[in-house]
Amino acid sequence: MDLAFFGVQLLNGLQYGLLLFLIASGLTLIFGIMGIINLAHGAMYMIGAYLVYDLTLRLGNFWVAILVAVPIAIALGLIIERLFLDTLYKRDHLYQVLLTFGLILVLNEAQRIIWGGDVHSVPVPAPFDASLQLTDNLQYSVYRLFVMGVCLALAAAIYWVIRHTRLGIIIRAGAVNRDMVEGLGINVRTLFTLIFSAGVALTAFAGMIAAPLSSVAPGMGDSILITCFVVVVIGGIGSIKGAFWGAILIGMAETFGSVLIPSLASMVIYLIMAAVLLVKPRGLFA
Amino acid sequence: MLHRYPKRVAIIMLVLTLLVAVFPLWGPAVFGDQVDFIQEKLTLMVILALFAMSLDLLVGIVGLVSLGHALFFGIGAYTLALASPDYSAASLWWMLPLVIAVSAMTALMVGLLVIRTKGIFFIMTTLAFGQMFFYFISTSQFAGGTDGVFIMFRPSVTVGEATLLDLSDPQTFFYFCLGLLIAGYLFLRWLTRSYFGQVLDGIHDNEHRMQTLGYATHGYKLAAFVISGVIAAIAGMLAAMQYGFANPAQLGWHASGEVLMMLILGGMGTIFGPILGAFAYEILLYVFEHLTIHWPILMGLTIIGAVLVLPRGIAGLIIAPPGEKSADTSRRKSETVSPVDASAQPVAAQNKEG
Amino acid sequence: MHSEAMLVTRGLTRRFGGLVAVNAVDFDVKPGEIHAILGPNGAGKSTLINLLSGEIPPSEGEILFRDQPIQGKSVRQTARLGIGRSHQKTNIFPRLTCLQNCQLAARVHMGGIFASWRSRAHARMVDERAREVLETCHLMARADTPAADMSYGEQRQLQIAMVLATAPSLMLLDEPMAGMGHEETAQVTTLLERLSDRYTLVLIEHDMDSVFRLADRITVMVDGCVLESGPTEQIRRSEKVRDVYLGRHHEEATA
Repeated sequence: MDLAFFGVQLLNGLQYGLLLFLIASGLTLIFGIMGIINLAHGAMYMIGAYLVYDLTLRLGNFWVAILVAVPIAIALGLIIERLFLDTLYKRDHLYQVLLTFGLILVLNEAQRIIWGGDVHSVPVPAPFDASLQLTDNLQYSVYRLFVMGVCLALAAAIYWVIRHTRLGIIIRAGAVNRDMVEGLGINVRTLFTLIFSAGVALTAFAGMIAAPLSSVAPGMGDSILITCFVVVVIGGIGSIKGAFWGAILIGMAETFGSVLIPSLASMVIYLIMAAVLLVKPRGLFA
Repeated sequence: MLHRYPKRVAIIMLVLTLLVAVFPLWGPAVFGDQVDFIQEKLTLMVILALFAMSLDLLVGIVGLVSLGHALFFGIGAYTLALASPDYSAASLWWMLPLVIAVSAMTALMVGLLVIRTKGIFFIMTTLAFGQMFFYFISTSQFAGGTDGVFIMFRPSVTVGEATLLDLSDPQTFFYFCLGLLIAGYLFLRWLTRSYFGQVLDGIHDNEHRMQTLGYATHGYKLAAFVISGVIAAIAGMLAAMQYGFANPAQLGWHASGEVLMMLILGGMGTIFGPILGAFAYEILLYVFEHLTIHWPILMGLTIIGAVLVLPRGIAGLIIAPPGEKSADTSRRKSETVSPVDASAQPVAAQNKEG
Repeated sequence: MHSEAMLVTRGLTRRFGGLVAVNAVDFDVKPGEIHAILGPNGAGKSTLINLLSGEIPPSEGEILFRDQPIQGKSVRQTARLGIGRSHQKTNIFPRLTCLQNCQLAARVHMGGIFASWRSRAHARMVDERAREVLETCHLMARADTPAADMSYGEQRQLQIAMVLATAPSLMLLDEPMAGMGHEETAQVTTLLERLSDRYTLVLIEHDMDSVFRLADRITVMVDGCVLESGPTEQIRRSEKVRDVYLGRHHEEATA
């Protein structure tokens, strides 16, 4: 493996990791603050991808499609939170698991009814539909660099919100002790709705910008959900910082795993998780 | 006191068991030439009931929600499939202990890692380990990859030269599975009513309190995890015999989700509830599949509905029918906070120093 | 000197972030005494008990139980060593009967890790022990009542009975009379008085009358530090204590 190839893999791993972070941060926020395990999180990622695929076809422009799709995703989050989760906050995790598992079945099947079972692709949008020529036979997609930039900007924004706003204080307090949130004298109901919608928006947005990089396919949410679970377990539940480093670690591990040890590639992330659990059962940043 | 239910529970369960047991007598009259197919379905339901019951020990009794239980179901199926010779029948006398040993070892190893985690963490780690095994199997040459492994002959049950049970006969196999389900039920009933079960109940109510008393709660939870895994593996072994193959789909996380749905439908923490749940789930599945190709939507809505309006499942309806006013609700499983913590504590005491 | 005391702490400190909840506490408990810990809200009393029972590890300092260091041990380990504790919140198993609650407590101390699978003789021993503590706590009449159905005062007494059933040599009781009426408080006070013949007790309690009636020695804590420690009479007469704690307490009570 020469240096250029290694560099490309490094970038790929970073880009994948950053994308994972967007999804995992929503997941970990929803637990940290609301104490809810949302299995339908991956389905939201898939919905995001399908929305942007559909709207790009209809509207003819990827960027306009994103502008329209994000509010739709937020609305979907709002509806789900108000309609279903509202009753579940005080109940056992089992019911949250079952209800959101039911939601997966409904959303996955709704996707089949609306968009069918075919695999689609979304063209890489202008002006990023170019490649950088690295060496004679190695090039790197500008769009990937763009995705990385967007993810980093969002990560920085999340970091800023958590460090420097009142909402951030609540989020940090909630990650340590969820009961404390209710003691802070804020409207928990509104906070929960806000957090859930933000989480859904983040993962759906991740699905949207990832759509031109990979195919848009049924069930694409399931595998990303489980990968993000691994990220959260490694990073520590409720910890945004943990989600970030966990996502980068898993992004790298999966990218290099599939290049270096293809036979074990699908197992690598789980082996890392097992190792982390052995040493730190509550995650690296808990 | 605990896990003792009204008489009608025993009566209903006995009647249903008898009805299932004498299916060969009434089946042909009701189902006509469909009878073989129905009997096969019935056998599958019995197997899934055993599977769901095993998970109830973890979820309903100890309060550990596993989203990776299909892992053990799959271990049972694959152990049988891989250990069976290609052109002759394996002996059940070898296969059963092998399945038990392999699944117990796996459950012990996975358990040692996951048992220290709690709540949502436990859910995620069990799910992740289930998926790890899923990917391991579906990418492994020796396990046939995504195609799985076929089993040409069901294991033989012989004493000396004589065949004790001919499991390849559908009727015999049906009774064999039913026998194991009843044995499993009696075992779990005994276990939950034993002192061991009392400790598990204590852990479910308040694990921290148990530790303050001096209980090594992790040990008990691990034991429950292993027992639960072994029973699930036996169910998986039966399923592999029934289908004639072991397949990665049997151990994916959707399978783990399905068995949780059986628990909620049947009513968890009761041991008998999940049996009803497995039957109810399979019947619903059959009906929905005939209604529309988009049956998962109906199934998803059913589960959401069950969570919202029937959290105690069918068993809850039998134990305390909606019309009948229950004398003492606190005696039953509390699904949220224990009544003592929530209400019996006067405000004055809560306001004092923490 | 240490051999006299059953439990000794030296420089015991616990920080939560920037907050020092327990600050360099030196504290000792003599065998057979009732040692009460007094202090205003937030003085660090419960944190101290939590440190002693192994609920949380100390940031600094030592805890010696019978001359053995026990800091860093888990609640389970300290329980096994003979330190029993009750919590401020009622902390019983509501679905079990009164007797079963005590059996559960007794069983773990009468066998190894899987004590629950022992012989009939073992079961009888456990049962006897459980009935004995119910007798001591005057709960025998309620033996077969589910704990959830008992009155609040009875539940608190059951909690003490459960600690007793674990046969501790040192009992840490965190506000055993919290939220009780006068009659119930008097009952529990009498119970603790009787227990003091056979057990060593560390007690956090807000009810002054009971504390002065029960305690042999009192340690007063303010802001995580020990303000004064000594025989009950000394504390009763201490001006320092009256100024800082009792005065404030009276203001609160009358306000």
